[in-house]
Amino acid sequence: MGQIIDRRLNGKNKSAVNRQRFIRRFKQQIKKAVTESVSERSITDMDSGEKINIPSRDISEPVFRHDQGGKHEAIHPGNSDFVTGDKIKRPPSGSAGSGGQASNEGEGTDDFTFDLSREEFLEFFFEDLALPDLTKTQLATIVEFKTVRAGFTNDGIPSNINIIRSLRGALGRRLAMGGPLRNQLKEAELALESLQRENADNNKKEEIIALESEISDLKRRIECIPFIDSFDLRYNNHVQQPKPSTRAVMFCLMDVSGSMDQARKDIAKRFFILLYLFLTRTYDKIDLVFIRHHTIAKEVDEDEFFHSRETGGTVVSSALEMMHDIIRERYPSSEWNIYAAQASDGDNWHDDSPICRSLLDEKIMPLVQYFAYVEIMADRHQRLWEEYELIRENYSNFAMQDIASASDIFPVFRKLFKKQTA
Amino acid sequence: MSTKNYISTGSEWNFDLITRYDEEISKIAAEYGLDTYPNQIEVITAEQMMDAYSSVGMPLGYHHWSFGKQFMNTEQRYRRGQMGLAYEIVINSNPCISYLMEENTMTMQALVIAHAAYGHNSFFKNNYLFKSWTNADAIIDYLLFARNFISECETRYGEEAVELTLDSCHALMNYGVDRYHRPSPLSAFDERERQIEREEYLQSQLNDLWRTIPAKEQKKADNEQRFPSEPQENLLYFIEKNSPLLQPWQREIVRIVRKTAQYFYPQRQTQVMNEGWATFWHYTILNTLYDRGLVDDGFIMEFLQSHTSVVYQPAFDSPYYSGINPYALGFSMMSDIRRICENPTEEDRRWFPDIAGSDWIKTLDFAMRHFKDESFIQQYLSPRLIREMKLFSVLDDDKKLKLEITAIHDDAGYQNIRSKLANQYNLSTQEPNIQVYNVDRHGDRSLTLRHYRQNRKPLNQHSQEVLKHVSRLWGFTVHLETIDEQDQLESTQECSVER
Repeated sequence: MGQIIDRRLNGKNKSAVNRQRFIRRFKQQIKKAVTESVSERSITDMDSGEKINIPSRDISEPVFRHDQGGKHEAIHPGNSDFVTGDKIKRPPSGSAGSGGQASNEGEGTDDFTFDLSREEFLEFFFEDLALPDLTKTQLATIVEFKTVRAGFTNDGIPSNINIIRSLRGALGRRLAMGGPLRNQLKEAELALESLQRENADNNKKEEIIALESEISDLKRRIECIPFIDSFDLRYNNHVQQPKPSTRAVMFCLMDVSGSMDQARKDIAKRFFILLYLFLTRTYDKIDLVFIRHHTIAKEVDEDEFFHSRETGGTVVSSALEMMHDIIRERYPSSEWNIYAAQASDGDNWHDDSPICRSLLDEKIMPLVQYFAYVEIMADRHQRLWEEYELIRENYSNFAMQDIASASDIFPVFRKLFKKQTA
Repeated sequence: MSTKNYISTGSEWNFDLITRYDEEISKIAAEYGLDTYPNQIEVITAEQMMDAYSSVGMPLGYHHWSFGKQFMNTEQRYRRGQMGLAYEIVINSNPCISYLMEENTMTMQALVIAHAAYGHNSFFKNNYLFKSWTNADAIIDYLLFARNFISECETRYGEEAVELTLDSCHALMNYGVDRYHRPSPLSAFDERERQIEREEYLQSQLNDLWRTIPAKEQKKADNEQRFPSEPQENLLYFIEKNSPLLQPWQREIVRIVRKTAQYFYPQRQTQVMNEGWATFWHYTILNTLYDRGLVDDGFIMEFLQSHTSVVYQPAFDSPYYSGINPYALGFSMMSDIRRICENPTEEDRRWFPDIAGSDWIKTLDFAMRHFKDESFIQQYLSPRLIREMKLFSVLDDDKKLKLEITAIHDDAGYQNIRSKLANQYNLSTQEPNIQVYNVDRHGDRSLTLRHYRQNRKPLNQHSQEVLKHVSRLWGFTVHLETIDEQDQLESTQECSVER
């Protein structure tokens, strides 16, 4: 006879520490996998976990073992037609019968696969962006929920009991359960009354006694119906709803002329992703608009935005014009929060830059919440930069930054971030 | 037979039913003379089962990334449905802890109780290897001591330093056992007491061994005499006691890994017997429950279905074949011994004159107490079972173009197959034979290991990696010499420590 213990309520995450150690130890490999997956993921898809593959040779634990080769003799079951002395062809290694034990020891070449949770994934993703910790937590926390009423349920905690509903149910139950009994009682009382009236003195005493006991029995049964039963209880039901917030649209503008190579585009993508993640913290619904441009601008989907390559000169104002048109047609600023992020290597047709400034100054900046401009690995600042500097002086919600590496991306968002927490 | 005698019907379980089954099973087990530690049966969830898996069955282990890797692997495969979890895990401790998974049906819970809490439990308590190599009373305390000690080291010396030491020790885990000497029993209290003493003593020993100014007249003699004077098979022990540069806490970690390896050593040598014994008893006990009308037909059908899949042995040419199933072999051998005792044939009387016709309970009990897989097979594998399993022996010699069938299930082959199969469970032929050969005490302090080749089997490609671990523990250059079967030095690998 043993002792039986229910351990199910004990913690289940005994292995959490060991898992963390594993992740820490193979940080380099995991990071590589994360970086690869970032380039494959869509901007909007950045907010989930990831399946990570690591070559299993990197994480093997070496021990002394025999390798294949030499003389192995092994016993196998299920002989069907071999006799002693038979010579058989060596089967391809790894398949059944090839020296038993040894073949099982062969190193699997499969990758070691596991899932990173969303938090872990973002942790790795943010790592080389040099984000301050506070920002990371702000970005990584789940959207807040608010609790709303949602009718009534049959079970819950005492503090949620709805008295009116419960008593109403109890009343109904008492009526339903007591009804037949009360009818019987009424009949019995009538019968008793008539008996007593007709035969005031004669010998029907036994019947009267029987009726009287039936009546008292019925009365007792009616009394026994509980005033309230656990069955009657109704509880207020609450559900979690994501906090409603207004809509936002994010414009991604990028120069795709020949000088924007893959490295620059990757930095631009990180920049866009970060802005997107910031916005997802604040808004439930975010539209993305991708506008790429060389001498003329074009609205494209995400894939084309990052992966197609064009050549030719650069006219930035074409993209700004287009953005303004799209805002006018589809995203009235009264209903939408408008954010814009522009990435470029700084090249622009010389005479176009003043046009850009006036476009921004007069038409766009009054409509948008925030406009961020990054110049990626520019050799030297050109006229566009100078013109934009003038805008920065006029508008506090305009940010611009010169980016040489991924770690420069974050300062662009400082201001935006501060504004939100204030 | 009337319904009211059934302990339960249907597949739902609850704690009362588990208690009732445990009572009945313990009664039957006692009738069959099973001698067990007290049982502690714990019901756990699938997640907790995965935790238990990844700590290789230790109820509490120290922290190490390799357990995390194991856990993630298990979790991944379980979630994708590539593997089911074992129904049970049982721990060789006193009281004997068995885990039941909450997903199991009532039938499965009863099976697991019979299998683990009475089968494995009695094996742990009575088999000679477990008796001499493990101490069920002390293991939980010792593991707790080990965990606390290691986490204390992490605080003091940094997680990374501890992790590196553990990595190196794990690489040598299979070389941490004295095969031919009985270890002193474990006790957590004494361990703690002795630990400080040991630190001081070891340091003084070392100082002596590595004395920098040797007495002149001694030097010559010393140089001719090897150290250690006899080759040593217990690498971890040798390192713990003699490594020149290890810190006392590192020596303690080496010792912890060594002791853990020692705790698992009997399990590695009695897989067939242990599983066979437990399977035989769950089969016998549950059938007895059925015979006594305590369980219904549905129960016994479900039980038989799962029992059959546990003892299924695919043939060598089946796609599911992955070596001999220890449950199948063990169960068949145990049942076969019972058959030989109860209904011996003429052949059995010739092969097993001692046990044919004897009391089967006593004979099985004797076999369980005094054997390990290798000797058990050598002693009890019967010609009849060889025929039933159609065992045959294949010789794979890389110098020959073709494989050769060296024995099949016929008169000429029984003896041969029996010893070959027994040898297959002999750990010392399955693992490369590597021993400490010499330490260059007066020169560069290098350590020389020797690999004695058997049947020309080569070492795997990890050996260089393992050498790195050895040299991390030793602190100086490590050589690995391979000696062929003619006792000639064949090749040398070397790993030096960069400073």
